[in-house]
Amino acid sequence: MSTRDGTLVVENLHKRYGKNEVLRGVSLRAKAGSVISIIGSSGSGKSTFLRCINFLERPNAGRIFLNGEEIRMVPDKNGNLKVADSGQLRRMRVKLAMVFQHFNLWLHLTALENVIEAPIHVLGLPRIDAIERARENLAKVGLSRSVETMYPAHLSGGQQQRVAIARALTMEPEVMLFDEPTSALDPELVGEVLRVMQRLASEGRTMIVVTHEMSFARNASNHVIFLDNGIVEEEGAPDQIFQAPRSERLKRFLAALIK
Amino acid sequence: MIDLVEQYWQQYLWGTAGHPTGLVITLWLTIASLALGFSLALPLAVLRVSKTWWLSVPVRVYTYVLRGTPLYVQLLLVYTGIYSLDAVRATPVLNAFFRDAMNCTILAFMLNTAAYTTEIFAGAIKATTFGEIEAGRACGMSNYTLYRRIILPSALRRALPAYSNEVILMLHATTLAATATVPDILKVARSASSDYYLPFVAYGIASVLYLGISFTLIWLFRRAEDKWLGYLRPVAAK
Repeated sequence: MSTRDGTLVVENLHKRYGKNEVLRGVSLRAKAGSVISIIGSSGSGKSTFLRCINFLERPNAGRIFLNGEEIRMVPDKNGNLKVADSGQLRRMRVKLAMVFQHFNLWLHLTALENVIEAPIHVLGLPRIDAIERARENLAKVGLSRSVETMYPAHLSGGQQQRVAIARALTMEPEVMLFDEPTSALDPELVGEVLRVMQRLASEGRTMIVVTHEMSFARNASNHVIFLDNGIVEEEGAPDQIFQAPRSERLKRFLAALIK
Repeated sequence: MIDLVEQYWQQYLWGTAGHPTGLVITLWLTIASLALGFSLALPLAVLRVSKTWWLSVPVRVYTYVLRGTPLYVQLLLVYTGIYSLDAVRATPVLNAFFRDAMNCTILAFMLNTAAYTTEIFAGAIKATTFGEIEAGRACGMSNYTLYRRIILPSALRRALPAYSNEVILMLHATTLAATATVPDILKVARSASSDYYLPFVAYGIASVLYLGISFTLIWLFRRAEDKWLGYLRPVAAK
């Protein structure tokens, strides 16, 4: 039996929009079960980096490995990279679940339907099994059975984001990507989502979390990356990053948060 | 007036088994054109929003031409115009098809409603929020699955109010069939009117029949909107 799956390696990722270089060689290594927080001011490229990992944005250069398997990319006529085999990309995406800043639930489907949609139509799970899995995960994120038949528009932001987390969990992914999952929430709803994420982190899931919630980065993650101006300015264990920052940029970033 | 009703009521409604007329024909024209038009419009709308120009431009030209000319002219073109071509008359299959007024009428109606419906659906597809598409991609959906399960189901729901309008307009447009000798409600009304010199009664009966169909259609669409657009309703209205 080999080691548990869920290792993600990103090497030297570059992304530019026209002349604007958003990522200038960012790398990341996530061992199975590690929780990595990516912090940085807005415009530092942290969301773009996360979105490049599952190809919602196409990187210009770099390599991505999931469980040691590289996503094969070839240059297109504009000099961007494109995926060589869309079937391989879809297989990878199934293992990389994503939770979005604006939840991105499917509005015409109920909460339960949102959660079982991809398991049935992408994984090919029988409906009964998908519903069983979905109910487990909805319970896990703290949603009652009464929420199941409600449409996203009738749920609070915190409930919507928890449905979105249940939707990601039900795919039984190997790595979960969180793109500022609490940024669009009212302050009093942030806690309920963070608690769910903390619980997932303690279960030993590989998680990459782009966040502005320093308490989460500090307490729930075991590695923190500070991204600034498209490069990794500093990275390390949470204690080191928050208590003994070395670089000037990180010191200033943390000081600005305290104010 | 009683005589008119006594002589014509059956023709107004269904005619005879061998020669259907009136309401039955109007319903058949409406349903057949809409069903065929819908099946044509769905793939055309998907092509219409394609980023590949050689897929979207032909559809654009099609809807531009069909929406830019009167339906009456289109009907005349299909019914009398095409049949006047030697090449059509020389080909047995085409000859048989275009000699039949009903075939020509349904073909013209279908092409016309398909053009309008394509634009309605394409607009609804374009209005899909990008986040919902990204969510589908991110969990590994292929483009086909994404369209089948996410984009089209939500777009068709949103298109429902605009499409119900198109359906009512199509019903009213079927009256043009009478000019191509198809015995719909209006054609029966014309015969009745000229037989008895009672135009107000003859066309009045026709109006009542059209109103009845319209109300039924509106009621059906209202029920459909209740069922499928519930997700857009504010909570308080539940």
